[in-house]
Amino acid sequence: MALIADLAVQGAQMSLVVLLAPAATGIVRKAKARLLRRQGPPVLQPYRDLLRLMRKDVVLAENASWLFRAAPYLIFAATWVAAALVPTFGAGLLFSWSADLIAITALLGSARFFLALAGMDVGTSFGGIGSSREVMIASLAEPAMIMIVFSLALLAGSTQLSTIAEYMMSPQVGLRVTLGLSFVALMMVGIAENARIPVDNPATHLELTMVHEAMIFEYSGRHLAVLELAAYLKLLLYISLIACVFAPWGLAPANAGWATLTIGAAAYSGKLLLGCLVLAGFETTIAKMRVFRVPTFLGAALMLGLLGTLLLFVSRGL
Amino acid sequence: MHGLNFDIAHLLAGSLVLISLVMLYQDRLPALINIYAFHALFLSLSVAWQAHINNAPHLYITAAIALLFKAIFIPLALHRMIVRLGIHREIEAVASVGPTMLAGIGLVGLSLSVMLRVTTDADLLAREDVAFALSVLLIGLLIMVTRRNAVSQVIGFMSLENGLVLAATGAKGMPLVVEISVAFSVLIAFIVIGIFLFRIRERFDTVDVHALDRFRGERR
Repeated sequence: MALIADLAVQGAQMSLVVLLAPAATGIVRKAKARLLRRQGPPVLQPYRDLLRLMRKDVVLAENASWLFRAAPYLIFAATWVAAALVPTFGAGLLFSWSADLIAITALLGSARFFLALAGMDVGTSFGGIGSSREVMIASLAEPAMIMIVFSLALLAGSTQLSTIAEYMMSPQVGLRVTLGLSFVALMMVGIAENARIPVDNPATHLELTMVHEAMIFEYSGRHLAVLELAAYLKLLLYISLIACVFAPWGLAPANAGWATLTIGAAAYSGKLLLGCLVLAGFETTIAKMRVFRVPTFLGAALMLGLLGTLLLFVSRGL
Repeated sequence: MHGLNFDIAHLLAGSLVLISLVMLYQDRLPALINIYAFHALFLSLSVAWQAHINNAPHLYITAAIALLFKAIFIPLALHRMIVRLGIHREIEAVASVGPTMLAGIGLVGLSLSVMLRVTTDADLLAREDVAFALSVLLIGLLIMVTRRNAVSQVIGFMSLENGLVLAATGAKGMPLVVEISVAFSVLIAFIVIGIFLFRIRERFDTVDVHALDRFRGERR
């Protein structure tokens, strides 16, 4: 019985992330539009977009290889697994033992690898430009992410997310400059990874600036729907990751009853809403950067991660 | 673990190092001056906190001096100065940001590893202060080396001096007379440098120090 209950909770988590992901993007778009005093599309618009794309036929380029057709599903699967591993409402999930920060980084990295390959597959110049920019951004964002993971792991003594969340809820955390630095660095990495405004503009198709949109330019129909859903999932993943590590309050501990899980779910939706609104506010107050300034932006994230680790060594070494 | 007192001291001193690194890549003069004001503000907070936990009332005076002169008076004077020199809208070409930042991080790592090993039998707070002070000092030197504009070199010098005050805070028993005289000598140095800047500008029509090399007869 216990196993069935555990499986039910894990299944609920897996379906929850997929069901909520378009809504999160919808909330961000709506909030951004309202902040600019526009009406904006309804919050449910991403769901309708996905449905419409699902119904449409796929138009394939003549020289598209099997990889071009397989890549969307691979990317979606890797992103979905990564998003399902991050604790959202409860920590003690069936697959918690594998919810490791390094594993999540690796899953996202392989998704990006296939996306970059798919962008170059057809051989148009747009896809190539998108892939090369994406890989440039990734080559800076991933070291920064790994530095953040290191400093968190040094603090909590584990790279497992549920252990880190438990440590962050315990009183022995104290006031740590390292945590502040990692928090800022993780937000910067999340912004770069999700192609949000200072790095990439998700709302335009301007060839000078686009990165993510350029790679999925050749896709249509259900392939595009799957890729869009993967992008929504990635945004949800980063918001839940930040919420889980830096604001784990309300997270249901392992073997919790239904009441605690419900409280956890309510807290999670509050945190998700807050994260979306903060992201929208941030995006409306800042201008898009030139592509060549992105290394400076991500270099700052890497520097914060490094400095956080160094300062941690000082307080540990004393 | 060390408790909240130490954690807050660590937080403030660590922020000082972080702000030094931010100063390293800032290329607009007004922003650089504002960050310098923040640097001095955090120095003053850090000194005041250590005065509080060590029951050392004379350190409050150091904190007050840092707050009044370095966080308020000098930044205001520098703002006025760059407006009068007409360089407040210029963007300074900082020599390649990436290597400079790497050098800065390397200096922080170096000073931490050296200082923590040298001062094994000292007080906890003093060790940490001295380690962070050395990195602030080295980054201040790095700022002075990488800049071409004389005003930002002055700011590098001032941030270096903040590092010295942090080190002096950790060291027990620095007399108040020394502290006050150091503070005033920095102020005097600031005034003298300010006068020199105007003289340099009058003579060479620029505050870019590379112009001086030409007049010294150096070949590049």
